[in-house]
Amino acid sequence: MSTETEHIVESDKSDDEHVHEHPSDKKYFQIAGVLAILTALEVGTYFFEGIPGEILIPLLMIMMVVKFFYVAAWFMHLRFDNSLFMKFFVSGLVLASVVYAVFLTVFEFWHKG
Amino acid sequence: MTQTIEPSAMETSNDGNSHRPLGVYTRPKGGSGWRDWVTTVDHKKIGILYGAAALLFFVIGGIEALLIRLQLATPDGTVLGADTYNQVYTMHGVTMIFLAAMPLAAAFANYLIPLQIGARDVAFPRLNAMSFWVFLAGGIFINLSWILGGAPDGGWFAYAPNTGIVFSPSHGMDFYALGLQITGIASLVSGINLTVTIFNMRAPGMTLFKMPVFTWMMLVVQLLLVFAMPVIAVALFLLAFSRLFGATFFNPELGGDPLLWQHLFWIFGHPEVYILVLPAFGIISEVIPTFSRKPIFGYPFMVFSGIAIGFMGWGVWAHHMFVSGIGPVSVAAFSLSTMFIAVPTGIKILNWMATMWGGRVKFTAAMLFAIGVVTMFTIGGLSGVTHSVAPADTQQTDTYYIVAHFHYVIFGGIIFGIFSGFYFWWPKVFGHKLSERMGKLNFWVMLVGFNLTFGPMHILGLQGMSRRIDTYSPGFGFEAWNLVATIGAFIIALSVLIFLINVITSARRARGLPPIGPDPWDARSLEWMTPNPTPVHNFDEIPIVESLDEFWHRKYGSDEDGKVVRVASAEEVCQDGSAEGVHLPSPSYWPLVFAIGLPFIGLGLIYSLWFCIFGGALSLMGLYAWVFEPVDDPDIDHHEPQKEDVSD
Amino acid sequence: MTDQTHSEETSTGISHNKLGMWVFLGSECLLFGALISTYLLYRGRFADGPAPGDIFDIPFTSVSSFVLLMSSLTMVLALSALQRGDERNNRLWLLTTALLGAVFVGGQVYEFTTFLREGLGYKTSPFSSAFFTLTGFHGVHVSLGVIFLMSLYVSSVRGNLHKERAETVELIGLYWHFVDIVWIFIFTVIYLVPSPTS
Repeated sequence: MSTETEHIVESDKSDDEHVHEHPSDKKYFQIAGVLAILTALEVGTYFFEGIPGEILIPLLMIMMVVKFFYVAAWFMHLRFDNSLFMKFFVSGLVLASVVYAVFLTVFEFWHKG
Repeated sequence: MTQTIEPSAMETSNDGNSHRPLGVYTRPKGGSGWRDWVTTVDHKKIGILYGAAALLFFVIGGIEALLIRLQLATPDGTVLGADTYNQVYTMHGVTMIFLAAMPLAAAFANYLIPLQIGARDVAFPRLNAMSFWVFLAGGIFINLSWILGGAPDGGWFAYAPNTGIVFSPSHGMDFYALGLQITGIASLVSGINLTVTIFNMRAPGMTLFKMPVFTWMMLVVQLLLVFAMPVIAVALFLLAFSRLFGATFFNPELGGDPLLWQHLFWIFGHPEVYILVLPAFGIISEVIPTFSRKPIFGYPFMVFSGIAIGFMGWGVWAHHMFVSGIGPVSVAAFSLSTMFIAVPTGIKILNWMATMWGGRVKFTAAMLFAIGVVTMFTIGGLSGVTHSVAPADTQQTDTYYIVAHFHYVIFGGIIFGIFSGFYFWWPKVFGHKLSERMGKLNFWVMLVGFNLTFGPMHILGLQGMSRRIDTYSPGFGFEAWNLVATIGAFIIALSVLIFLINVITSARRARGLPPIGPDPWDARSLEWMTPNPTPVHNFDEIPIVESLDEFWHRKYGSDEDGKVVRVASAEEVCQDGSAEGVHLPSPSYWPLVFAIGLPFIGLGLIYSLWFCIFGGALSLMGLYAWVFEPVDDPDIDHHEPQKEDVSD
Repeated sequence: MTDQTHSEETSTGISHNKLGMWVFLGSECLLFGALISTYLLYRGRFADGPAPGDIFDIPFTSVSSFVLLMSSLTMVLALSALQRGDERNNRLWLLTTALLGAVFVGGQVYEFTTFLREGLGYKTSPFSSAFFTLTGFHGVHVSLGVIFLMSLYVSSVRGNLHKERAETVELIGLYWHFVDIVWIFIFTVIYLVPSPTS
């Protein structure tokens, strides 16, 4: 009976070894390079007139999300850490996105702008 | 685990004894008396502080209610002028919701959660103390407005631009915006604190699905607080910046939209009502099984319906705005979502009833209040369902029918639940029961008074009586029921008086007598495994948990025929509180010092920058000292606590 | 002294402080979401004042955005150094991060004062109030971050920030990266997505 409970205790815990799995500094520089390139591309859209809105906005959104993901997953170490952290953060993110999207919808933001 | 878990101290001395920085940095020693209460970081004392302060504010809010009822008892009332009436009914709402109901829930949460999960305290004890003092500072700050030019007068919901400086020129709404910002800090921090506590500090073997329903409901509440408080924080910032700095968020002439306020407020406001009621649901989910001598019916459903309520509560907010001009598509969508949210609560009602069915029900005072919740909340929920039908709500909105609904759920649900909790857990906290006889009287008088007050409001509303008005003219037929409601309100006041007398006389009767023995109610969860009142260190040994209702299963087993038989007495199962030298978090002055600075910052924003500077300096100093104080009193000698010997 | 840098014997195996920080960051999403939504609602309501499309200086803001983005790199290098026990480089990168953050805030101040001169005041229009409130809140968050970083720097100079306390740097880092992420969002949605003009 007691060993059962100890097993439950063990499986509750995350594998502590993950904490020591850090990307190298070189990897961090590479990611920063990717972020820099993406930023340059994003800013580049400002100088290219004539990109229609239906393409421009999704394009910007995609680049934004990719940058977001890289900072969160690598710099904030989320991809290596206990998934509980990611769950809390994503919960806040998703909740905010949905609630405020509905909010803007009620104001007819999407076609009135 | 009983390590002192503190917010990271930025600098700590390794040789605690020789390097003791300026005397002010040493931790207070605790002990007894007022200094103990003012520097405590003990979750149990903090819970008691919340309860006492909240009861005080409950009485204040009750007096405000009586003033409202006196004014409305007769047509063309002259008890309160219109302007005063606006302040009184605004403060009644603000006080009851933010300064009474939420802190009452916090009282139970703070006291019980660590005990129910088998811990010695919360994850961040000093932050816990800070939350209490910040709440108290905010509550006092808002009420200062009464003597500083007038209280907030725009309703607890504070619709802009009515609450802007053009239409609310007194400082009242500044006290509202800044005061609720202060109390909001307390709630948010507490939400983070208790979330980490529940996830991280459970006793060995206590998986999430072995936690009592009360702790589960409080977990949902903490998560709701964490996500909802920032929304009202933004709304209050926008209001404050409009009033103090001329921001144009709600200025229609320049393109500002009043609906911005309403949306932001209710995006917070609807989760807020579940923040208010889920603690009461949690309380009665402990009381009803105990006094039905049966486990809660459908534990997984109770947990999942609580989680569902937490989720779905985010999708219904605009049902407070059906007539604000949001358009038929939005109205239809929110009408539907509002209908759906009745389902998880309905599941809970059925499960509470099913728990009682077939049980050996004992009608103690706590149980009576719990049954009161089930019945009264059902009535309130039913009127709520009628509101969800948007065309019907068009008639009901802004009438007394709405006032009836929310008082049935708030008072009938939350307050009855709180009182159930008082009568149930009083012996755990104070070592003696409240008088059962007086408790039953308390219940019946409260039940009668409550129904007399708010029942007729359904009728008044449907007959067309507006809400949020300071008086009404004769000849509409509102007179009789308003008078009945006023009489009912005074009967409620009488019942609260009975409760307070009960508190005092029970304490007097218990003086000089030894504390009540363990487990006076033959209860089910871990907090009852400790002596009454709870020793400062909670458990002598942290229990190893093997099942839901762990405490119950240590006392009862089943025989070969599957019948429940008692296998151990309370004295055998309960710990005796005799453990010595258990390491506990050290007390601290700094949460209080930090808290005191905040109302001064508020006063500074209203009156003079000097107050801001003073308050800011005080809070900053408190924060700095907090971060740098030694983790422990270096002189204390402690040993590691024990876990239960598992080899039995 | 309690050791807080290794996972305590918590039910989840993760530290209280780190879990608390992530819960807090989850809540901050709701805060900034409200401010961003308010801005989006009001960006076309510029009354008689300048419109966003008229007044934003994308090249300038791009540079300061880049600065903030790179500060996330230096932040993570600071943490990585301390986790290796390299206190000297930890100090170097902490200071660099703080400086980059300060440059960003300086850029914001310059941008605000320029807008003020060009007729966009706090009270000019719902657009202006929303813009300054959103970017102001973000700027305050960055400024607080700079103060935290400098406190860590001073602590390190005094010899009190060693490898065992790397979690403290990690947590300040999480806060800093979050503030950066918010700006990634703001820069795209507010500046780069074409804005109304008058």
